[in-house]
Amino acid sequence: MMMLFGIPIQALLGQLLVGLINGSFYALLSLGLAVIFGLLRVINFAHGAQYMLGAFVALLMLKFAGIGYWGALILAPIVVGAMGAFVERTMLSRLYKLDHLYGLLFTFGMALTIEGTFRYFFGASGQPYTTPAALSGGVNLGFMFLPIYRGWVVVASMVICLGVWFLIEKTKLGAYLRAATENPVLVQSFGINVPLLLTLTYGLGAGLAGLAGVLAAPIYQVSPLMGSNIIIIVFAVVVVGGMGSILGAIITGYMLGIAEGLTKVFYPEASNIVIFVIMAIVLILRPAGLFGKDA
Amino acid sequence: MSAPLLNVAGLHAWYGESHVLHGVDLHVNEGEMICILGRNGMGKTTTLRTIMGILRKREGTITFAGKDMMGVPLHRSARAGLGFVPEERGIFATLTVEENLTLPPIVAPGGMAVDEIYELFPNLSERRTSPGTKLSGGEQQMLAMARILRTGARCLLLDEPTEGLAPVIIQAIGEVLGKLKARGMTVVLVEQNFRFASKVADRFYLMDHGRMTAEFPVADLPARMDLLNRELGV
Repeated sequence: MMMLFGIPIQALLGQLLVGLINGSFYALLSLGLAVIFGLLRVINFAHGAQYMLGAFVALLMLKFAGIGYWGALILAPIVVGAMGAFVERTMLSRLYKLDHLYGLLFTFGMALTIEGTFRYFFGASGQPYTTPAALSGGVNLGFMFLPIYRGWVVVASMVICLGVWFLIEKTKLGAYLRAATENPVLVQSFGINVPLLLTLTYGLGAGLAGLAGVLAAPIYQVSPLMGSNIIIIVFAVVVVGGMGSILGAIITGYMLGIAEGLTKVFYPEASNIVIFVIMAIVLILRPAGLFGKDA
Repeated sequence: MSAPLLNVAGLHAWYGESHVLHGVDLHVNEGEMICILGRNGMGKTTTLRTIMGILRKREGTITFAGKDMMGVPLHRSARAGLGFVPEERGIFATLTVEENLTLPPIVAPGGMAVDEIYELFPNLSERRTSPGTKLSGGEQQMLAMARILRTGARCLLLDEPTEGLAPVIIQAIGEVLGKLKARGMTVVLVEQNFRFASKVADRFYLMDHGRMTAEFPVADLPARMDLLNRELGV
């Protein structure tokens, strides 16, 4: 058996892959948080609930409408995004003139309400979501067995992250977003409907969380608590990457997923806390985050 | 004579509880360039911000091109044909020069084409891919003005364009304003530098404690020098 640093290479690569998959979800979720925080200055505590909603919408669509995975992959993010846009327009937007803390409290309360409601109706235990036929099975890579669905998640999340990065950094709409992040009043004086831009941005962030939820459904169980389990880690990712940095959120998401996977190989006992240890170190040495601008 | 393009009457405005404009009256005819003079803190910038619709706590009348602007939300002011260039210029650091230039949407035909703008401001053309804030103060002012010229705005609200700039740059800005006037652009200029303003403006307002205290055409400027020296403390 091949060894590396005294560790079987299969185990190493296997955990690296697990890390990359977890990292894909961290990246997708922290990306949405970064997009929302960048423009709205709201720390979206409902992000985990929106991720859970995405998975549940997919599950319920299958159960009651017979809409399968591929349909859900398109529709569930739209449903979650539209709900997000509705909440922003009718409630969250009223809080912008107050301290940003109120936005955080509001989204936190919303997360508790959504999760509580789902627990009431579906219980705390998870429900399985079948892997779509086209992506079931696996391939033997020689050094390890790769379930095709997990490979798909990694590729899909990279494509989505790249797409969002492109949208924000290279398009006209993205230029409006970046400019409005710096000086919303001036952008509005140019004739751009900034309140609408804020609504769309929150919808986009929520939709990304919903999309991550659909991707996660076949891997993790669909459960009302799936969001609160992952969101704490995702907040740590955002802190390490630097609040509001799009590229930082993406890269840090994958990096910390991999760091977590590697820790499972070398010192499994620490794997649950390694991300928080890294967060603490980054906060001490570089409080603005690895990719954040010093304020 | 036809109605003025921009007419402001009895305009009051507040920053929170603080009452800053106390009944401003002014009008600007189509193609005219007026200049508001006054010391710091007299309400010149506030007047521009209130006309544009940035400051929303306001009372009085603002009509532009025959349209009542008081109920118009900020993002519709530009669509009506008003363009605002703030004192701090507002160049976006995360956008390139070209992205900054093309950011404001075209609101009406008749704006300058990007090529035309680069001809007028060759410096910007050379630096079109650099980040906006890598520009010098003068270049940032040029970019802030160029940005509005592209949109086809009919009336430019220009806040202290010469502030903090070297004489040679101020001269270049004066030339640009001259060209704009030749194109028929209407301009409301706020300036402390009335020697600069006297070369470009048709008419002057003197502002003191939130209202206009004098109004005179550029031809009367020599006769008003005593008043100006006293009021502006120069």
